[in-house]
Amino acid sequence: MAPILEIQTLFKNYGSTEILKDINIAIEPGDFLVLVGPSGCGKSTLLNCIAGLEPITGGSLHIGGKDMTHVSPKDRDIAMVFQSYALYPTMSVAKNITFGMKVRGVDAATQDRKLAEVANQLQIEPLLQRRPGQLSGGQRQRVAMGRALVRDPKLFLFDEPLSNLDAKLRVEMRSEIKKLHQTLGATMVYVTHDQIEAMTLATKIVVMKGGVIQQIGTPAEIYNTPANLFVADFMGSPAMNLIPAKVMQNGGGARIEISRGQGGPIVLHDPKAEGLPEDVILGLRPEDIAEAGFRAGEGVQEAECLVDMVEPAGADTYVVSELGGKQITARMHAETSASAGSSLTFAFDLNKVSYFAPETGDRLN
Amino acid sequence: MMADLSLNQSASEANFGKIALRWLLYALLGLFALYYLLPLFVMVTTSLKSLEEIRTGSLVTLPREVTFDAWKTAWSGACTGIQCEGLRPYFWNSVLLAVPAVFLSTLIGALNGYVVAQWKFKGANLIFSLMLFGCFIPFQVVLLPMARMLGLMGIAGTIPGLIFVHVIYGIGFTTLFFRNYYVTIPSELVKAAKVDGANFFRIFWSIFLPLSLPIIVVTVIWQFTQIWNDFLFGVSFSQAGTQPITVALNNIVNSTTGVKEYNVDMAAAIIAALPTLFVYVVAGKYFIRGLTAGSVKG
Amino acid sequence: MSEWLENHLPKIVLAPSFIGVLVFVYGFIAWTAWVSLTRSKLLPRYEIKGFVQYEKLFDSPRWDTAMNNLFIFGTLFIVIAMVLGLLLAIMLDQKIRTEGVIRTIYLYPMALSMIVTGTAWKWILNPGLGIEATVRGWGYENFSFDWVVNPDYAIYTIVLAAVWQSSGFVMALFLAGLRSVDGEIIKAAQVDGIPTWRIYSAIIIPSMAPIFLSAFIVLAHLAIKIFDLVIALTGGGPGYATDLPATYMYAMAFSRGDIGQAASSAMIMMLVVFTIVVPYLYSELRSKNDG
Repeated sequence: MAPILEIQTLFKNYGSTEILKDINIAIEPGDFLVLVGPSGCGKSTLLNCIAGLEPITGGSLHIGGKDMTHVSPKDRDIAMVFQSYALYPTMSVAKNITFGMKVRGVDAATQDRKLAEVANQLQIEPLLQRRPGQLSGGQRQRVAMGRALVRDPKLFLFDEPLSNLDAKLRVEMRSEIKKLHQTLGATMVYVTHDQIEAMTLATKIVVMKGGVIQQIGTPAEIYNTPANLFVADFMGSPAMNLIPAKVMQNGGGARIEISRGQGGPIVLHDPKAEGLPEDVILGLRPEDIAEAGFRAGEGVQEAECLVDMVEPAGADTYVVSELGGKQITARMHAETSASAGSSLTFAFDLNKVSYFAPETGDRLN
Repeated sequence: MMADLSLNQSASEANFGKIALRWLLYALLGLFALYYLLPLFVMVTTSLKSLEEIRTGSLVTLPREVTFDAWKTAWSGACTGIQCEGLRPYFWNSVLLAVPAVFLSTLIGALNGYVVAQWKFKGANLIFSLMLFGCFIPFQVVLLPMARMLGLMGIAGTIPGLIFVHVIYGIGFTTLFFRNYYVTIPSELVKAAKVDGANFFRIFWSIFLPLSLPIIVVTVIWQFTQIWNDFLFGVSFSQAGTQPITVALNNIVNSTTGVKEYNVDMAAAIIAALPTLFVYVVAGKYFIRGLTAGSVKG
Repeated sequence: MSEWLENHLPKIVLAPSFIGVLVFVYGFIAWTAWVSLTRSKLLPRYEIKGFVQYEKLFDSPRWDTAMNNLFIFGTLFIVIAMVLGLLLAIMLDQKIRTEGVIRTIYLYPMALSMIVTGTAWKWILNPGLGIEATVRGWGYENFSFDWVVNPDYAIYTIVLAAVWQSSGFVMALFLAGLRSVDGEIIKAAQVDGIPTWRIYSAIIIPSMAPIFLSAFIVLAHLAIKIFDLVIALTGGGPGYATDLPATYMYAMAFSRGDIGQAASSAMIMMLVVFTIVVPYLYSELRSKNDG
């Protein structure tokens, strides 16, 4: 199938500052693309470029197969939901939703029909005659979505739409957006700095930093095989443990040494580490470090470590120890016997391990 | 402080001192109120006295016999030089001048402010700064070339000429007012409307203008007060018959023909002040907001 | 074509104002500056003759009086209006029950034309019939208050009327400033037992420095431009006793037909305004652009 959005070698400068560098993205109809990264990474600028609200400096941009590089926002067949919702303050909810149709000269009957449809879909019928100032945050959010939905565009753009809501409402709206995506089968591009939002919503994630794409992939790919140290550290909470280690080649597999807070280094064996340089950063997610006896199988190796801290978190307990000079976190079951100051045998699941080059930060395996 | 007083009713000495201080405070405030009110009081009473009573009586006494003759003369009979038609024609000159000048300068200021605040382009800030500096020049520096320019344009000594002058030198302030108001409106609103398909003017008309009532009121009041009270442009660029009311008032007061009629002078002054006083009384809040916005920028 | 129009509309909308300002402000200043360097008399002439007009201006005793008057008037007007305004603002800040009414009374003169103000005060100060006559009527036969017709004192009557007109406005500025001081700081000081006058002198007033600056700029600007009040109150007289740069310029331009003198005096006025206003505006715009 032809990509519905295709961005090729896009560059964006403000004066002499490069905001976006060599952006290449293509998504299929029905995709839910999430642009994620820390603030200032250029993700919102990229979204504005897709919308046509910011001119681009170089490259091209196609929507639905048509070259839209220099087309104005109104002719791109897109709809957008903003962080502040950007509801027109002097218009009623109904007028907010139908404003776009009115501007485009859609007849009144169609306007009414579509308004009714969307209002029903989002359950905002009782709010239609109110002004935005009289609505709660969650209601405003719904109206902003209604304004986008009613347009029935090729592409929906969301600019951090949930960041102004409180935590509980955010989770609720998140699943509503997901549901909406599934029922409509619409194509969406969604900007967020919240990696959990990215993981839950996306069919495809773009991780950005400093105006450069760090990795594009499905949530599972991003989570399991991060392309570099930045992605590894940014995605997932608590963050992936990134442990400096030494690789010793000994033919038919490799020995991996990790210094411990006390006593000699712990030694692990991983055939995948063959051929790696001597200095590496070993990445292992907290859930891939367990208490011995709770995880077994090929590739699971055990070593004794000193427990520095135990943090119960309800369903899980996080156990912190010092390895390779770093505080590493293991995610253990709630009834773990670990206690601060005593030793515990940890089980490392090396099936899930990632190796990174310390200098470049790039993935090695 | 009021709360403190009502809580501690025990007649301690400290409390007595506080009460005395408070009385002093009120007395001082009252005294100053008198200072500000006295001229108005004198104007009103004088305008209601007969010339005879003015000569024999005192400045601060109420009129023994209230007469509106002075008001009638001021409105339709007082002499501004050789003509003796009172203020009436000049009052209408000022209205004919102020209404279009206020409307145009406000409209242009709104559009300019909208561009400078929401549609920034390279150089927009420089243009805005240049306009702002223009607000602060002493107008003496443009009087001579403007007089020639109005002549070249064929509108010297006419009301349209005066309107033109007031609009030109008013848009700096009106732009400033609207710009400062519009920068507080999130730029996402324009983006949303653009995606919705609205163009520059549609966004202005449907979204920004309906939001602008408070700043329109402030600007209109500011401009109206400025233009109605202007004397320098009026005296420099008008001729007999097109003079605004301030110029006519000054002519009445300083006309040397006949007996000096102080009661007529005062009635005329009040008539000239009434429109702006009226605006001040009904919309003082917006008037003050304009004053402070005009001085404390940002 | 329509795409191009759409993209350039903001510029097109701003263009007439920009051109207007360029021509009618900056172009006109340039014109006046040019003419001030010529021997223009009744009609402008354009061959540059250097600073003859300025030499003539500085040699003129009338201009000398005008500048002296500007200095006296400006200093007194600014100082008195600021002190009075601050005093009134602090008094009104004491939770006065009738604050709204009092504020309205203090501020209404600002709505009046300077011509009206001048007319009213001219009448009040009239020696034969005004305050002097009234006080004499009360039995103080030797009371004398003839400043408005006394060449040595007439300039002070302009200060009196100008302060009457503008001090309420300064009060409003300061009152807004007092109210914008962080209430928690004041509460903290009250809890510490600091007396009210110390709270004002040590905490509140120092934090209002930007407002003092604004008030100063506005008043200085008013002082340099003052014209209508002088015309209405004293007409620049007695003699030239209350001439100010603005009345001097006007007289040269429209009664004396001496365009060269008018232009050079206008340029001096602008110079005075700009030495005060430009640094202020520059820092204002700068801090705004950085923020």
